[in-house]
Amino acid sequence: MLFDRRTRRTAANMIFVATCSIATLIALAALGMIMASLLQQGLGGLNADIFTRSTPAPGSQGGLLNAIVGSLLMCALAMVIAVVVGLLAGTWLAEFGGDTPYGHVVRFLNDVLLSAPSILVGLFVYELIVRPLHGFSGFAGAVALALIAAPIVTRTTEDILRLQPNALREAGVALGAARWITIRTIIWRGAGAGLLTGGLLAFARISGETAPLLFTALNNQFFSLNMGKPIASLPVVIFQFALSAYDDWRRLAWAGALLIALAVLFVNIVGRIFAARGTVRP
Amino acid sequence: MTDISLNVRTAPRGGWFDPIFRFACLAAATTLLAALAGVVVSLAVGGWPALHRFGLQFFTTTTWNPVTEVYGAAGPIVGTLVTSALALAFALPIALGVSIFLVEFCPRVLAQPIAIAVELLAGIPSIVYGMWGLFVLAPFFALHVQVPLMMNLQEGSIWEKLLSGVPNGANIFTASLILAIMILPYMAAVFRELLLTVPPQVREAAYGIGCTPFEVVGSVSLPYVRTGAVGVVMLGLGRALGETMAVTFIIGNAHGLPKSLFDSGATLASTIANEFTEATGAMHTAALTALGLVLFVITFGVLAIARALLASQQTY
Repeated sequence: MLFDRRTRRTAANMIFVATCSIATLIALAALGMIMASLLQQGLGGLNADIFTRSTPAPGSQGGLLNAIVGSLLMCALAMVIAVVVGLLAGTWLAEFGGDTPYGHVVRFLNDVLLSAPSILVGLFVYELIVRPLHGFSGFAGAVALALIAAPIVTRTTEDILRLQPNALREAGVALGAARWITIRTIIWRGAGAGLLTGGLLAFARISGETAPLLFTALNNQFFSLNMGKPIASLPVVIFQFALSAYDDWRRLAWAGALLIALAVLFVNIVGRIFAARGTVRP
Repeated sequence: MTDISLNVRTAPRGGWFDPIFRFACLAAATTLLAALAGVVVSLAVGGWPALHRFGLQFFTTTTWNPVTEVYGAAGPIVGTLVTSALALAFALPIALGVSIFLVEFCPRVLAQPIAIAVELLAGIPSIVYGMWGLFVLAPFFALHVQVPLMMNLQEGSIWEKLLSGVPNGANIFTASLILAIMILPYMAAVFRELLLTVPPQVREAAYGIGCTPFEVVGSVSLPYVRTGAVGVVMLGLGRALGETMAVTFIIGNAHGLPKSLFDSGATLASTIANEFTEATGAMHTAALTALGLVLFVITFGVLAIARALLASQQTY
């Protein structure tokens, strides 16, 4: 009897371990397959043209230059807005009003905004900017991306500032520094690596966003630096080209997808390195 | 004497800027609040004409016809709920398995790299998953699953009904698979973090009285994190509900109620993404915006529950 139960328990445990291992294998296999076909399909399309020529008409040669530049422009502007808003809002939550009722509301709604479907942000910016100004623009796209990045920056800023020891704040006050000088020169500086990581993660997130750009920045077949007009972006071009019937457009879409995946991985890894370094510092 | 020295203490240099700085911080926080409020208001205002004209029928009818300007959202609503539920059903057991494997059984040398890989994969843009679904999964699925099934299923059986559809691989089922693969790394990463919060003493105590790893996980670790685990499930569901690009690629984009698992369909997000820029008239735009409002209400509910559950887990 005792032996039976023991066998049963061991057997149940072995089945459990096997199930978990198989689940991990399935997950790694699925994700490995995606990466493999991305590399296989994308590497062939990667060449100098990608970075030096704009998107072609079907059947002719071209690259993704206008899309890459458009994406960089919009992401950069979005990050400037998001960092200013997010850093200050996160500071308010951590240093000033985070424990007030209003603070709780802001934190909760920030979390909602953080995981709200990005296409709804696009709809909002369409109603807010595109419709009143009667035109799609790179600027509207940047605002949409900023609305996605700002909650991420806010969240990480608050989390990291709360990790700073109170002794640092007291030290600042004891030296007779004004509150904002304490925050700027001691708290922010001490949290520097963590803040940078938060910014990089937000950047990685928005650089691959497609849905909010579909009806804000729209698309542009030609090279353009004008943020007041529709502008191309890598994700939207990938979307359009992948669904097209032309083989050379699809090749470009794969190359673009590989490019974006590599860029996002790279930024994420750099962010991790900064985060790891930040935890070593006192 | 001390009184005098207290009185002549000068105000900190730059102190005049303190209230301004504080106000700027408050304004930034309020901006975020206003942004969310703006999303709700703009969706409600933009979608109002459609909701007003079609009333409750908007939610119960399946006609979606831009020519006659009759819009019913039941198709995309059902499509969204079905694909998300299926994706969760696929992803949840696997994500749990991965996280338990990483925390309990995996050799230390492998655990860290796999965990980092899983987290990095959670950051890959959804459009990449969508392209893979369109060009790799869909053709494979059509050729190796749909066609053989169609050849071998008995005519008139329930399975034939459930699995009927055009064998092109673009259907509700493959869309759910892609969604599952997308939310899998995210859920596995958060589950793992949750399982790591179980105090080692509790687990060691269980091992100490002779529990097998299965019993430790089943009777100690999982019950300890159960509230948070439900929160993670809801967060994953929230992602699946609102996911746009990956689904748009592969769901087939057909209005109306999906008739089977292998029938093409649409979700709220995919319908908006597909039609918004090409909307034919004011009512079309309004109907699409109303879809956005429905999507927001659903995801807001799910996210609110998720956050509340996760928050209560943290206070343990």
